[in-house]
Amino acid sequence: MTAFAFDLPWPRPASGCAVPYAVFTAQEVFAVEQARIFRGPHWSFVGLAVEVPAPGDFKTTYVGAVPVILLRDRDGELVVLENRCAHRGALVCRELRGRQSRLACVYHQWTYDLHGRLLGVPFRGGIEGRGGMPADFDPAAHNLNRLRVACLHGLVFASFDHDVEPLEDYLGEMVVASIARLCARPLKLLGDQRQFMRGNWKLYAENTRDPYHASLLHLFHTTFGLYRSSQQGATLMDPRHRHTMLYTKAATSSATVDAEVYQDVRSYDTRFKLADPSLLAGRKEFDDGITLVILSVFPNLVLQQIANTLAVRQLCPRDAASFELVWTQFGYADDDAEMDAIRLKQANLIGPAGFVSMEDGEAVEIVQRAVAEAGDAHSYVAMGGGRAEDAAHLVTESAIIGFWEAWRAAMGVPES
Amino acid sequence: MDFLALSPLERQYEVEQLLARYVHCIDDDRLEAWPEFFTRRCDYRIVARENAERGLPLATIACDSRGMLEDRVVSLRNANIYGWHRYRHLVGSVLLLEVHAEEIVARSHYAVFRTRGEGVGETYSVGTYDDHIVFDEGQLRFRAKLVTYDTHRIDSLLATPL
Repeated sequence: MTAFAFDLPWPRPASGCAVPYAVFTAQEVFAVEQARIFRGPHWSFVGLAVEVPAPGDFKTTYVGAVPVILLRDRDGELVVLENRCAHRGALVCRELRGRQSRLACVYHQWTYDLHGRLLGVPFRGGIEGRGGMPADFDPAAHNLNRLRVACLHGLVFASFDHDVEPLEDYLGEMVVASIARLCARPLKLLGDQRQFMRGNWKLYAENTRDPYHASLLHLFHTTFGLYRSSQQGATLMDPRHRHTMLYTKAATSSATVDAEVYQDVRSYDTRFKLADPSLLAGRKEFDDGITLVILSVFPNLVLQQIANTLAVRQLCPRDAASFELVWTQFGYADDDAEMDAIRLKQANLIGPAGFVSMEDGEAVEIVQRAVAEAGDAHSYVAMGGGRAEDAAHLVTESAIIGFWEAWRAAMGVPES
Repeated sequence: MDFLALSPLERQYEVEQLLARYVHCIDDDRLEAWPEFFTRRCDYRIVARENAERGLPLATIACDSRGMLEDRVVSLRNANIYGWHRYRHLVGSVLLLEVHAEEIVARSHYAVFRTRGEGVGETYSVGTYDDHIVFDEGQLRFRAKLVTYDTHRIDSLLATPL
């Protein structure tokens, strides 16, 4: 890897970790990320296999900021193609979703099969001896760019780098086991929600690796008595610190401990009781007692279980200062009607209007606004000791530090 | 009130007045009064049209009781963190699709302009209201209100109801 394209001094405080705010604002950083992370040797999440159940089904999405098409071919195999005509660069699929037996660009009707192979070019031989493509025109050299694809328990990942390590190696044991725990049964699609955040995508990557903020920013938990930092939980990373799993187990917290811990915290307020607690009615689904999992997979996926809500969140960076977050909620194909109803009611907790998630949109944006012209300033990340280590608790920012180690390794940003 | 006993003009007037009171209540930030626009058992849902058109059931907000609406307001006032903003709802093209003695089914278009803290305004949400309106405990109320939004990429977050 060549040296970083421009100067990005990385401060080294005596303890903890400092992140220069330029990583959230510089378009140059964004451009290098597109090349080294999203078009580099990493796997990006592109969707659920159940979103394209039948041959010819497609959906359009993004790998990084690049438009791609996820589709199922005639044999049922999943294919991901760059959504850009080989001729003059137009989007080949202009719809969000649909079903096609082949792909045709509307601009000049160049037509491709479901593997992206160029099938036909109108007027290739000209009209009445005039015009036409050169005699040495080779259609096979003008296919749609096909990405490498791998599917794990219905989660579809793609990579521009055909030499990328196998998906399961990339994810590591912890992530593979966590995906298996939530997704190793046939999934049922419940629907999507899209949220546009005016902030850098890495602010959200930090957010989902940050259990420290959970009970302090998201006050619904504490206001209505759902969640405490004193609950039993853990913060775990893969060996390369790319991916993080945060989890908690319910009913391991005591009222006395809570009152002490939250004595001076504005969020602790038990005056409020839900008028209709049916929102929280749920069902125990897993024998391990874990009721909350936030699994952040580098670079662009969050897989979550919050009570009985199950969702993938796909990060689609748009530019240095904005990204789209696509929430796809799901259940299991064999859920009964009552379970469907539980998941759909608990869906009030998550998504862009979620009782325990809407604040993240605000948090991302207030950071972006404050760091827009921050010069050489940097953050300070040290809760939990200031090192990228697993923790058997949630009072830590260690996974954020892990993320920045992984990001710098991927980007080639040296120690300074 | 027997809706069939009203003239078409009177029905249209009553429905449009209800819709106007509803959006003024939200836009004036009188959210504590907002649940009163619904029957005790109700069906209030905000749904992305991309889900509705695929027959997928996920709602962005789904409340099946006035209590859930009240909880949403208590949470917005005391728990949730979001930026200052103000809505202006415009509601129009109000069509009465069905008139029964005890219920009117109406569809209308809505647009919400949102102004944020720095005085910047934008078209925040555009879609349809599908309302089931009944006369309940002395006033017109929504037994069901389905908000289907075309603008499926929600800008930042959705706090105040639509």
